[in-house]
Amino acid sequence: MSAMALAAQGLCYRYPSSSASDTPDALRGVDFTLSEGDCVALIGQNGSGKTTLAKHFIGLLRATAGQVRVCGREVADRPVSALAQEVGFVFQNPDHQIFNASVREEIAVGPRNLGESAAEVERRVEEALVRFELEDCAERQPAALSFALRRAVAVAAVFAMDTPILVLDEPSAGLDARHVGRLLARIEERRARGHSIVLITHDMQLVAEHVPRCAVMHEGRVIADGDTAAVLGDHALVERAHLETPQVTRLAHRLRDTGMPSGVFSVDDFCEQFSRLRAGGSEGRAIRGH
Amino acid sequence: MTSPIIEVRDLGFAYPSVEPGGKTPWVLDGVDLEVERGEFLSIMGPTGAGKTTLCLALVGIVPQSTGGFIRGEVRVLGLDTKTEPVASLAGRVGLVFQDPETQLFNMNVEAEIAFGLENKGVAPPEMAERIEWAARSVGVESLLRRSPFELSGGQKQRVAIAAVLAMTPEVLVLDEPATSLDPRGRHEVFAALRELRRQRGMTIVMVEQDAECIAEFSERVAVLAEGSVRRVGPPPEIFSRPGELAEMGVRVPQVTEVATSLNRRHGSTRRFTRLEEAACALTRELDAAPPAAGRSAPAPP
Repeated sequence: MSAMALAAQGLCYRYPSSSASDTPDALRGVDFTLSEGDCVALIGQNGSGKTTLAKHFIGLLRATAGQVRVCGREVADRPVSALAQEVGFVFQNPDHQIFNASVREEIAVGPRNLGESAAEVERRVEEALVRFELEDCAERQPAALSFALRRAVAVAAVFAMDTPILVLDEPSAGLDARHVGRLLARIEERRARGHSIVLITHDMQLVAEHVPRCAVMHEGRVIADGDTAAVLGDHALVERAHLETPQVTRLAHRLRDTGMPSGVFSVDDFCEQFSRLRAGGSEGRAIRGH
Repeated sequence: MTSPIIEVRDLGFAYPSVEPGGKTPWVLDGVDLEVERGEFLSIMGPTGAGKTTLCLALVGIVPQSTGGFIRGEVRVLGLDTKTEPVASLAGRVGLVFQDPETQLFNMNVEAEIAFGLENKGVAPPEMAERIEWAARSVGVESLLRRSPFELSGGQKQRVAIAAVLAMTPEVLVLDEPATSLDPRGRHEVFAALRELRRQRGMTIVMVEQDAECIAEFSERVAVLAEGSVRRVGPPPEIFSRPGELAEMGVRVPQVTEVATSLNRRHGSTRRFTRLEEAACALTRELDAAPPAAGRSAPAPP
């Protein structure tokens, strides 16, 4: 059995600034685990607690109750600097982590803080610039770049730290299709190297097509966790969590009376099933009276 | 015939260089665009196409606040946005920024939505009505007492939209306002904007990447690439070239991909951009298809 990269047990959290007495706790007993080398998509509506949970894994928030473990050790008394050796965190808003005068310097600061040699820092910076296609803006001020490029810089800077665990908070939001594809390729490379990855996202097409496991958060709890196809195929769960499946899944659902099976998550799969039905190969159509 | 509410002619813009005497590239380079009063226009395009800069030019922030080099003309409500004071434009042309934190600064959500109304001198009873309506339109009515800074990214974005909606501007410019929203939240925001257009005749210009919402709610789409408008037209026309859009990094609705893929397989000319039309057309097609060998034919009506 593989070791645990991340774990939360009975995790509760209430923001200290919660002024109104009727404001509910942000986390209300979260149970969640991520094994080493595993990849999970954390999904749920706005305000369900995804980012709040993620911030516990890098020590930016400390549990009001319950336990949080990173690489098997409780985080309670470990400083953020120690956790940063193990967990790389890409903030939802790139401006929350960008502060250097050039893209090159921005990418260098993480590995340098981790104590890497000057040569290794240089190697990682060059690699990140190439892998994220940022060579042309290496000497530019990150603050002067477009939102999508700032996000690319933020992701590249965290990837350059080469931590065994990556937590990415909506890294594809605001990116065009080409940049999303490149980001997915970089994530795949890390998965292949055995890194553990938490991907927080609202992009259900991305989840359905690329992430085999997903955990659903709703009102401060993880209410489902498992095989992505099973989770997204559970209509009652999708409704309860106010989620929306990919458009092609909803199209398949609309055609269920024609014999179209449930659990269609990609365009290719849909077209395959449709062509089969069109050729008259459906038990469902026979049942329907055709 | 009335003149367009937004007229952009040969707009070119380059941001100022950080180095004295330095040159920067044209971010916008020959943008031509017209938007009619009451229209809902979406702008799509790859990263770096100039979408945000165009939004800023429509409200005068480019070039008045940014500096830089500008050529061509931008007129909104007949006003030249290069010279009309930004504060004066702001009363009639609202802008929702891509990053909600750029515009949130009050102690609670209600104060945030009220801020612009107070500055405009709206009477308290009307202000209360507008706050309630704007908050309800984007689903933040239960958050009015909360601090904007303890909300999630998506909730902050909704508050930012509500604060601008409450001002009921004649023209509303939104720069990827739905990026941080969950899928249902995105639909709610799009639906609220469509209602604003229908009920109040508001003109909406929205930068967005969500092709499915655009197909569902927008009347026209402008595709911006490398600083100029490459195509403008209704969503079905724009999405009829999925290959060309893919090369630019622009997504099309999944149902359009389905149509393209089925056309390749079966050699027909299906064209859909919205879920409803795809579901109806494909159901009809299956109903008309021959039954499986050995099975009974469809029952007569």
